[in-house]
Amino acid sequence: MDREICAPIDKEMAMQLRAGDMVYITGTVYTARDAAHKRMAQTLSEGKELPFDIKGNIIYYMGPSPAREGRPIGSAGPTTASRMDKYTPELLDLGLVGMIGKGKRNPEVIEAMKRNGAVYFAAIGGAGALLSKAIVESEVIAYDDLGTEAIRKLRVERFPAIVVIDSLGNNLYERK
Amino acid sequence: MRNIDVSEITEAVKNLCIDANHTLSPDMEKALYNAADEETSELGKKILEQLKENLQIAGNDMIPICQDTGMAVFFIKVGQEVHFTGGCLTDAINEGVRQGYTEGYLRKSVVSDPLIRKNTGDNTPAVIHYDIVQGDQVEITIAPKGFGSENMSRVFMLKPADGEEGVRNAIVQAVLDAGPNACPPMVVGVGIGGTFEKCAELAKEALTRKAGEHSKLPHIAEMEKEVLETINSTGIGPAGLGGSVTAFAVNINTYPTHIAGLPVAVNICCHVNRHASVVL
Ligand code: SF4
Repeated sequence: MDREICAPIDKEMAMQLRAGDMVYITGTVYTARDAAHKRMAQTLSEGKELPFDIKGNIIYYMGPSPAREGRPIGSAGPTTASRMDKYTPELLDLGLVGMIGKGKRNPEVIEAMKRNGAVYFAAIGGAGALLSKAIVESEVIAYDDLGTEAIRKLRVERFPAIVVIDSLGNNLYERK
Repeated sequence: MRNIDVSEITEAVKNLCIDANHTLSPDMEKALYNAADEETSELGKKILEQLKENLQIAGNDMIPICQDTGMAVFFIKVGQEVHFTGGCLTDAINEGVRQGYTEGYLRKSVVSDPLIRKNTGDNTPAVIHYDIVQGDQVEITIAPKGFGSENMSRVFMLKPADGEEGVRNAIVQAVLDAGPNACPPMVVGVGIGGTFEKCAELAKEALTRKAGEHSKLPHIAEMEKEVLETINSTGIGPAGLGGSVTAFAVNINTYPTHIAGLPVAVNICCHVNRHASVVL
């Protein structure tokens, strides 16, 4: 089923999504990949606040190429999600509701998604030029020194993705 | 003897970095278009259509095809009659990478130390494979390599007794393990023979082969076709969401090996299989 969804996303909406749904996301999402996750985990272990309120939000696993003049962002497709698995259950327990990436997740992440009513979307890997067109604003809000790996706040308009793992644990990659 | 000033190399490398990241070679583009026609799954077809559109946007608007503009890998064939002037060849190649990745708005994805992990800020250094050949020309091939697929690559040190079946199983297993992580449809580069490091290099170079071409060795060409068929029957499909096109090609390069060994390397590449060459 095709669905239009808003981000941040409320839990009831997230729990209605089913593996296989095509979604178009409009609103605000945050980027974070390997180095930013490592730093967020460090921050939490020191008892400090994350650089953005994670409750109800979606993280896009993405590190863009630099923007040319007049554009909000460069090429901007998803990176492999499994590298973030180690850090993800903790973020889900803190209220993260959605993740956009590509590729498989481990059982601990899927358990945490079920426990918290969260959803994992895949964007098409290697379609960074196309996906950049759905990003209308981009601003680095933390970890500027990490370059492409900094945390960015993105405004997206009808960003296309597919629900791969839903809050019941249905998994589109495991269909047979 | 022919003199080549290394500034020519820098200029050529810079342009190759930018070109390879914005346009695919015509053979790879054609492979994608064919796949979109052949794919049997509806969702798979839709994804391939979007990848076609992605390529058009990349070329027209000068946005890299994929944000992971890779680690810059080079295969350089140097004619033994060539004499380089004006500096060191390796430095000139790295300078070209620095200029290409900076001026071309490409992503800097290289960290200086694998454990300390500080970004070098200009995507250097490159990984460079040199070969000394006859003649007075220099052939430069760039193959920027993304790590979503690189991470799913494998080396298997098989035993001679494992034979052809062992090799086939190793290739298919690597593809199954890669699944959606490697941004299928993939190109599967395979090296068989040589030593531990030689087979990996053969596999990498196999990725630069023109899509649609097969090994000149009949038994290897046969294996390429059959393994491709097996891979496409796994159902992984475009983006790993199911379908009949999981790989565009299986390219196998071979080399003599030791009586006690059968090394096999499988270098997985995504549908953004970038390579570009120039001869100076
Ligand atoms: S695997 Fe290839 S297509 Fe996928 S993100 Fe990496 S470079 Fe891009």
